[in-house]
Amino acid sequence: MEGMAGTKSRLTWAVNLAALLLVVLWTIPTLGLLISSFRDRDQIAASGWWKAALPAEQNEIFRAPPPETAVPDGPLWVLDGNVFGEAGGSVAAFGLSAREPKAFAPGETATGRAGDTLTVAEDGAFRITYPEAPEAGRGDRIFVTTTTPPRLTLENYETVVVAQGLGRAFLNTFTVTIPATVIPILIAAFAAYALAWMRFPGRALILAGIVGLLVVPLQMTLIPLLRLHNAIGLDKGYLGIWLAHTAFGLPMAVYLLRNYIAGLPREIIESARVDGATDFEIFRRIVLPLSFPALASFAIFQFLWVWNDLLVATVFLGNAPDQLVMTGVLRELLGSLGGEWEILAASAFVSISMPLLVFFGLQRYLVRGLLAGSVKGG
Amino acid sequence: MEQLALASATIVIGIFGCVAWFWGSNWLLDRALPPRGANAGRNIGRAARVRPWLFLGPALLVLAVYLVWPVFLSIWLSLHDASGQRFVGLGNWRWLMADGKFRESMGNNLLWLLIVPAAATFFGLIAASLTDRLRWGNLAKSLIFMPMAISFIGASVIWKFIYDFRGEGQAQIGLLNAVVEGFGGAPQTWLTLTPWNNLMLMAVLIWIQTGFAMVILSAALRGIPEETVEAAVLDGASPLQIFLKIKVPQIWGTIAVVWTTITILVLKVFDIVLAMTNGQWGTQVLANLMFDWMFRGNDTGRASAVALVIMLLVTPIMIWNIRTARREGM
Repeated sequence: MEGMAGTKSRLTWAVNLAALLLVVLWTIPTLGLLISSFRDRDQIAASGWWKAALPAEQNEIFRAPPPETAVPDGPLWVLDGNVFGEAGGSVAAFGLSAREPKAFAPGETATGRAGDTLTVAEDGAFRITYPEAPEAGRGDRIFVTTTTPPRLTLENYETVVVAQGLGRAFLNTFTVTIPATVIPILIAAFAAYALAWMRFPGRALILAGIVGLLVVPLQMTLIPLLRLHNAIGLDKGYLGIWLAHTAFGLPMAVYLLRNYIAGLPREIIESARVDGATDFEIFRRIVLPLSFPALASFAIFQFLWVWNDLLVATVFLGNAPDQLVMTGVLRELLGSLGGEWEILAASAFVSISMPLLVFFGLQRYLVRGLLAGSVKGG
Repeated sequence: MEQLALASATIVIGIFGCVAWFWGSNWLLDRALPPRGANAGRNIGRAARVRPWLFLGPALLVLAVYLVWPVFLSIWLSLHDASGQRFVGLGNWRWLMADGKFRESMGNNLLWLLIVPAAATFFGLIAASLTDRLRWGNLAKSLIFMPMAISFIGASVIWKFIYDFRGEGQAQIGLLNAVVEGFGGAPQTWLTLTPWNNLMLMAVLIWIQTGFAMVILSAALRGIPEETVEAAVLDGASPLQIFLKIKVPQIWGTIAVVWTTITILVLKVFDIVLAMTNGQWGTQVLANLMFDWMFRGNDTGRASAVALVIMLLVTPIMIWNIRTARREGM
């Protein structure tokens, strides 16, 4: 018996560890970006984000003032200064050549070929001495390894929201998303009710058609719709993208809502009919309030999908600041400044913050919708 | 501020327009065929024949214009030249068959199709069965599910950071290269490393889709009748045997659904490739190729032909879905 209990607890341990590994693997990428978005450019370039809590080490080259500015001091000529200037910091090591930039610890004295010496203190103060009056020329190079204390900052967020136009893009994204979420729900709810509770010829055919349309690739529709929009004078603008998103969300909306509405108890709807309620009244007073969970599920789906969409926005909206959405900004940033990670990281976080909020706040509805939409067909 | 006002105004107008149609058309119908008075019976019958189409009208109209008609126009466009003016017969299709980039895209899409659905379903299944046994299972599920909420382009930024490359001797700021260096390897420019860079891109989609697979499969696993598992325990089956021989066979149907859903997504994958490599270094896929020909090539004929190939690849799943739905009495 003891052996079995031991196996069992070992198994529990293994399960816990394996799950922990998965969770860590799945969260680390996002965590890395989040931490990076709070570091400034130099810190990002100097060390990986996982070292954000440690002081960052950086190799720098400081050029001392020209030797002729050295002042005589006893038998020597001396040059004093600070590698940090006014800024301050701390020196971890220094050296005389690029090959050995960390040869000396702060406070030690390095001696050069001509008998000149260099001392760098931890606070960056240095002293160069020459045994005789030095010739005029370029200043000596001092190789220092500096450490900057860990620092987190909100500056990146300020920069992206104001200077990079992300604030405007945030607004644009909202302008696209809200109507593109609400309109398909309205249209689909009526259609779903008709398909669930009204009898008319062609119903089965329409249902099959909607299941088929669930998987039509967007790529298929882009060129024809762009031509259509240009032909009827819609051009690139919000009305066009609302219509497009409405259409692309409709099959899923009708499918989800019809399944839900068809599952409502028949007695409620029959008795309302007997009482003389019209279909419109039944829909408004009974079906709509009862279908709230399904409506919420679809709304979350559509919201996430529209908010995160890049393709439809690229095709149906312009590139001007008053139409560029956040995914579009991210794409432009990725293209133009591959190296400026602090801008990219902060921008990416602003753009995914909203979906993450919705996700963690309304996860229950999201899961319910996924289950309703996928377990049957997909 | 002005934009905000404009946005709210258009939102209100758009929504009001929809409500006005449904309410107004119903009101008109009731006025034209009143369900009372002398002809009440006949009027109710007639109204009942019209009303479904009032309810369905907007949806059918939008679907027909935005999803059905484009399929036919695409076929027409694929038989015409770059500007859609001159009929070129099968010219675009012949070009497609001979084009190296198209072959590369087909090959890569095939790789994506083989690897991504399999990996996402596999990890999803493991995550589901592990987290279902934990006290902190719900938290674990939330965290694994979270990438679902992140846009493909946002995910691309996240992963580009992981694949970041700095020359040897510099501090690596990309996690992958840091790990590789930690084990004594040499840092790589992962995204230009053909053919492995394809795997690097797939990792992003697998990362996103595992949560989806996990949620659905976890629900399916919990739906398995307790008795079957208990019987296996009594017969002395090990946990692994129970999982592989009792549980998995009972959820094959759900696994198939998850698999096909991810398959469809994979065929349409576009943002990740566009953002991370833009199809360079041997990573082109069909959806991005289509986008290229549409925007950079400005050739509606060729772009439509590529889009139709994606459509053709999706069609078997579409038919299978319709048959399943009809069998289940929809």
